[in-house]
Amino acid sequence: MDLPEEEFIYPGTRACAGCGMALIYRIALKALGAKTLVTVPASCLTVLHGMQGFCSTKVSVYHTPFATTGASASGIVASLEDKGLENEITVLAFAGDGGTTDIGIQALSGAVERGTNFIYACYDNEAYMNTGVQRSGSTPYGVKTTTTPEGKLSHKKDMPKILEAHGIPYIATGIASYPLDLFEKFKKARTIHGSKYFHILSPCPPGWGYDPKDTISIGRLAVQTGFWILYEIENGIFKLSKPSSRYLDPLKRKPIEEYLKAQKRFSEMTQQQIKVYKVYIDNMWKDIKRRIECQN
Amino acid sequence: MYGRMSRKRDYYGGGEILMSLIENQKTNIDNDIKIITGNHAAAHAFRQARVGVVSAYPITPQSPVVEKIAEFIANGKLNARFVKVESEHSALAVCCAASATGSRVGTATSAHGLELMYEMLPWAAGNRLPIIINLATRSLGAPWSVWTDHSDFITIRDVGWIQYMCENNQEIYDTNLQAFKIAENSRVFLPSIVAYDGYILSHTMMPVKLENQEEVDEFLPPINHHINLSNISTIKGIDPVTTPNIIKRIEGTAPGYYEFRYALQRSLENSIDIIKEVHDEFTKKFGRSYGNGIYKIIQTEDADTIIYAMGSVASQARVAIKKLRAEGLKIGIVSLKLFRPYPYEDLRDFFKDKENIIVFDRDIGYGYEGVLSYELKAALYSLKKKPNIKGFIVGLGGRDVKTEHIISGVHKALNQFKQGIFTNKTDFLGLSLDELNDYDESNYFDSR
Amino acid sequence: MKNSKKDYQKILGSVQKPVLGEAGKTGTWSSKKPHIDLNTCIPAKSGKSSCFNCWLYCPEAVVTRTIPPQIDLIHCKGCGICMEECPVNAITMEEVKY
Ligand SMILES: Cc1ncc(C[n+]2csc(CCOP(=O)(O)OP(=O)(O)O)c2C)c(N)n1
Ligand code: SF4
Ligand code: SF4
Ligand code: SF4
Ligand SMILES: [Mg+2]
Repeated sequence: MDLPEEEFIYPGTRACAGCGMALIYRIALKALGAKTLVTVPASCLTVLHGMQGFCSTKVSVYHTPFATTGASASGIVASLEDKGLENEITVLAFAGDGGTTDIGIQALSGAVERGTNFIYACYDNEAYMNTGVQRSGSTPYGVKTTTTPEGKLSHKKDMPKILEAHGIPYIATGIASYPLDLFEKFKKARTIHGSKYFHILSPCPPGWGYDPKDTISIGRLAVQTGFWILYEIENGIFKLSKPSSRYLDPLKRKPIEEYLKAQKRFSEMTQQQIKVYKVYIDNMWKDIKRRIECQN
Repeated sequence: MYGRMSRKRDYYGGGEILMSLIENQKTNIDNDIKIITGNHAAAHAFRQARVGVVSAYPITPQSPVVEKIAEFIANGKLNARFVKVESEHSALAVCCAASATGSRVGTATSAHGLELMYEMLPWAAGNRLPIIINLATRSLGAPWSVWTDHSDFITIRDVGWIQYMCENNQEIYDTNLQAFKIAENSRVFLPSIVAYDGYILSHTMMPVKLENQEEVDEFLPPINHHINLSNISTIKGIDPVTTPNIIKRIEGTAPGYYEFRYALQRSLENSIDIIKEVHDEFTKKFGRSYGNGIYKIIQTEDADTIIYAMGSVASQARVAIKKLRAEGLKIGIVSLKLFRPYPYEDLRDFFKDKENIIVFDRDIGYGYEGVLSYELKAALYSLKKKPNIKGFIVGLGGRDVKTEHIISGVHKALNQFKQGIFTNKTDFLGLSLDELNDYDESNYFDSR
Repeated sequence: MKNSKKDYQKILGSVQKPVLGEAGKTGTWSSKKPHIDLNTCIPAKSGKSSCFNCWLYCPEAVVTRTIPPQIDLIHCKGCGICMEECPVNAITMEEVKY
């Protein structure tokens, strides 16, 4: 493994044992380095960052109200430009799925439409975890949360697609189960000028209902069943990332049941609902296939 | 303190001084008298304050401020970043982040825009970010109304901002320059809002003396911020989660929320002195003054009766007192300039030997009465000899505040005082219910 | 009480200082702790810089990338990810008393 040894997060944070987000953040900071200024909205990441006069990270962090991640990044970038420091410091916005797909979508849309030179990373634990596992626009179909006791009735938003509609130069998906893939993507994003967007699936033991030791294996299952697809879109060119490329062939994909059964949040799904999932995944991949064929 | 003010400074700045300056006009953009709107006066002040980051969103009647700033930037007259956001909430979020990164920043808005910013207002104050908002006042919907009243201005009185109200375009320009200097003072570090009546000032052309840039730079040096996130090696994180208590670790001690908010309140209270100091310094340098920087007084020296009002209402009262004085009344005006921090000591000192105060509010603290009125009553409560006070509501939603309304209000109040009637019940002047043919109040307000 | 140069004037924005163990000794969160069997661990056995899956996947960054890898048990939360991701099952989770 050739990830840098330098760490930017001190051990002993407030994140739960086995937190996927903590690992994503650790990898992202390794790729971006010390000259990074992070803006963080209300979320589990706020808590990870620490309390009052003390923090767990070595990079500089600005905490911003829940809906304002994108705008705060624009403000930081504008000020850095005002000082002529825009090429010295990488601005990273790191927000949860609620902060990204719901309350912060407007500010994010505005920030990328303006071409703000920053990296926006959404760690998607598929619910409002910090406030006690309520559903978000990114919660998948069938998931039980504290506000969807009967299971969510709609699918999750395809956020990268929404970002793609803004015509930004770089979009990538990721997951901590494939750390090198994630690391390389952040390194690449750092060199690109303009708005860069990451959507990273972030397994969450208490929110998803599994043993903390399985954070990596659950994430791998998400990829192997085809539920989570790793790709990049660079200047409009779509590219499946290595860990996902073999699953273009439906026969190579593991049955979605394996992924669903491993987590309590899917525990009450009916056979009918599982069928809905199969169609959902097939359709996602059909789209991708079409897209790749069109490009060639 | 008030005794120090010279006779000449009784009168709000502008008029006479301006006329004398018109004679030595120059063609240069600055150091010149320009006939401009209130909105443009604000924009020129931002330009000359050399703001580094501006972020704003259009709303009537404020929009020309940001249009003008965009023009300055496009023409190279202002070297600033203008972040053209998708909402006012984002505008102030941009301002907060940019200020925390160390820049001098400002924005402008009105009514609904200010309300959409609301979440960010205590954020800016809690972080002690010296951001300046220009507010072209406008009433709050529903129903929609683009015309002025002070409803938007008063809604933010409890979030920790310094709040100024202006009466003319020169005052807008001058107050902006002072506001930056005050806000960035190391004993203050507070965000501030400079308000002026929508349309009445925002869109009305008046002569404004724009000062020489070098002089402005001398008065307002570059910001020396207490937070500067661009300094990534030393500043690590700001505004984290706090607990109710102080945290002690071997690495150090951190104040709790309670201590932060105590410090905010203390700094607001203390800022009154600095506001006066900066106002005096401005007067010395540029020759214009606005009372004591806190409130302006008009013909109060021999007066036993005082009209107390803010902004456009106070301006209108200037006309009214001429007539009232002709009737033999000894009447003057106090025009409040500094709304927050509330200058209760100065007001108490001023009003301690006055007999009658008639307050005209272009706002309501809904469910109670006009805010100027009830706040003044509370502030004067501790006086041994309490003046008579009556409040009126005027001019909501841009309804004309006419001289005769003010005159009739003064008569009514003095009459009530004579009869010993004192009430908090609101009294609306200039209502025209009788012009509504099919309006029957009993249908709406059953008196049972 | 006006303008006394008291400490409150220094209480401006809430600024943070980076510290180890911001949440305290998070090792106490769990009684199970990873133990590396040095006879099985690839780098320990071979003396070569390889594998380090335990270092790579640890969300808490408490494993060192050294031969042999070492774990800061004071802050290790005992999640067991390192055990799961060790390709040769060199790690077992053992009960530790505090
Ligand atoms: C305006 C506003 N509304 C609600 C909240 C409460 N709140 C804080 S964090 C949060 C959920 C965050 O969810 P997400 O963005 O998915 O991050 P996660 O906690 O899952 O990491 C909510 C609802 C808030 N801080 N601000
Ligand atoms: S709730 Fe989930 S996302 Fe939040 S800290 Fe815990 S494991 Fe991480
Ligand atoms: S993962 Fe296992 S084999 Fe690899 S370094 Fe860690 S303990 Fe050794
Ligand atoms: S148990 Fe978890 S926290 Fe402890 S060393 Fe292993 S992976 Fe890291
Ligand atoms: Mg979430």
